[in-house]
Amino acid sequence: MFAAAAAGVLVAMALALTRACLGPSVFDRILAVNSFSTLTILLIAIHGFLTERPEFLDICLVYALINFISTIAVTKYIENRGFGPAPKEEEPGEV
Amino acid sequence: MITLGNDVILASDILNVVLLVLMLITALSLIFLRNLFAIIMMSGIFSLTAAVLYVVWDSVDVSFTEASVGAGISTVLMLATLALTAPEEKRIRQRHWASLAVVTVTGALLGYATIDMPRYGDPEAPVNKHVAPRYIYESGKEVGPPNMVTSTLAAYRGYDTLGETTVIFTAAAGVITIIGAARRRRRTSADVSKVREV
Repeated sequence: MFAAAAAGVLVAMALALTRACLGPSVFDRILAVNSFSTLTILLIAIHGFLTERPEFLDICLVYALINFISTIAVTKYIENRGFGPAPKEEEPGEV
Repeated sequence: MITLGNDVILASDILNVVLLVLMLITALSLIFLRNLFAIIMMSGIFSLTAAVLYVVWDSVDVSFTEASVGAGISTVLMLATLALTAPEEKRIRQRHWASLAVVTVTGALLGYATIDMPRYGDPEAPVNKHVAPRYIYESGKEVGPPNMVTSTLAAYRGYDTLGETTVIFTAAAGVITIIGAARRRRRTSADVSKVREV
């Protein structure tokens, strides 16, 4: 059952990778990376249950946070071609 | 000790192969793409795939670092750098076949060297015979913390960890200086022109 789920997630990962490769627009790529990263989280969760060790499920939460923050960073970059005009928000260390 | 069924091991093997193929496709596209924004996105995908592979290989801490540094911070840093440069990579007319040959030969030699390596997780391997037993049996008495990894990093390899931290701090300071300097210059010139207008 978990193996079938893992296979489905892998197929979806391949599709997202194809979209990120081919583009053509910036938004295709952002969405492809975002969904690839969501699929990564799913695959880690499924792998935990597949090998009967779901202890590493917590990692998925952290990955979801990283995914969220990097998507925000990328969209912010696209909006201003840089990290924003306000001096407080533009430090990359903050992200 | 958890024993896994044969079908689970087979599923893990298939997972490994598919993920490595995905990584290979990502790496090839990194070479052939010319749009720098697309390259940054693809390198994020590369790190994410690597992070899953590290979880499959049971090194969760490495996976953690890969996801936060590879997919998180370095994507942001590369985007900040991209804001200072052109959006397209310069097209290279000349092909360096000699470099390709050197890289191929080095890779083949490294691959050949792995044949001599002990099997993964072999208890008789030299790496598991040298200092590892002492860490496992004595670290509780000698250092104190119940976690072996903590006592190894903080006590047995304390100088090494200090050196690593220094290197990372220096690198971060350098990157922030370079990225911040260009922006500061832009801001000061903008201020100067504003003053002139007044």
